[in-house]
Amino acid sequence: MSDSHDHSSAGHVLSLKMLAGTFVALLLLTALTVATGKMDLHGFDLGVAMIIATIKATIVALIFMHLKWDRPFNGYIFLVAILFVGMFLAYVVVDTNTYQNDIKGWTKENISNSTAE
Amino acid sequence: MSSDHHDSKLAHHFDDLEQQFDANKFGMWVFLLTEILFFSGLFVAYATYRSNHPDVFQYASQFLDTNLGAVNTAVLLLSSFTAAWAVRAVQLGQKNLVTTLLGITVLCACGFMAIKYMEYSHKYHEGLLWGNAEHSIFKENTADVASSVREHGHHWGDVKDLDPEFRRQTGIFFGIYFCLTGLHGIHVLLGIILMLWLMRRNMRGDFSPEKYDAVDCGALYWHLVDLIWIFLFPLLYLIS
Repeated sequence: MSDSHDHSSAGHVLSLKMLAGTFVALLLLTALTVATGKMDLHGFDLGVAMIIATIKATIVALIFMHLKWDRPFNGYIFLVAILFVGMFLAYVVVDTNTYQNDIKGWTKENISNSTAE
Repeated sequence: MSSDHHDSKLAHHFDDLEQQFDANKFGMWVFLLTEILFFSGLFVAYATYRSNHPDVFQYASQFLDTNLGAVNTAVLLLSSFTAAWAVRAVQLGQKNLVTTLLGITVLCACGFMAIKYMEYSHKYHEGLLWGNAEHSIFKENTADVASSVREHGHHWGDVKDLDPEFRRQTGIFFGIYFCLTGLHGIHVLLGIILMLWLMRRNMRGDFSPEKYDAVDCGALYWHLVDLIWIFLFPLLYLIS
């Protein structure tokens, strides 16, 4: 455990300037996402909003949550969580899109059947 | 380490305080991982439904107040700032400042819940609820909509002319909205209890610059609640 001091976040104190700066940056990014949310970005609205949210989340994780100075393993746990959410999301969205036409066809058929009766 | 002079702050199965701190923090991060995956089910429900019905989301988000959502974002960011500052204060042994900062964090969390309550009660009165809720105006069959929301609600005139299937799907949007913000709100309430407990322990003198694991892990939980809101706000309130 001789090198543990290099990685342990125990004892690392963040300066007040950095904490306040982080807070102001997060507020500015919130204002930016509200402003871009009201604009018409021709289909890129969701992408822009998600990029800004990801930047905000990264700032919170690295500075407020100390990951920048923490043991790297804690950061890996966080990244693994994000990775699994991504896999979950990707498989479900691909799966549901594959069968969407069948579902829509079925619903229309059903509705026309029930009105015919 | 001599066991005769065992440090009361150190559990028996750890070599030193630093090892204990790292183990506690590791455990906290694993807990946060389970929290992220816990929420991910609802985020995936959101993504699936939005990718199949983008028009429903576009229509439904007009019923959400962007300004209240933005204010709540700022309130949560402020509380995250004071929580992070509380960790700094406890590291520096500023006991009274820790109590004050945790107190501000609790006040911000209460403010967040107060705004949430205003939003929820407005939606309840207008019948902007999931489709099978008694007061919902998003029922496929207009005859099923309660007369109270038809007569007193401000949105019925608009909603009643929608395609019945579209109206039913808008009800599903509100189901997703209430599940996501509701689960997040429960986490905020738990955070309030957690912060009050930390305040009490701090005033009792449980923490010192050598031993402050609970404050650090409590702040980590609070930041995660903030992180989730950072994504919820644009996903629900900013659909244009």
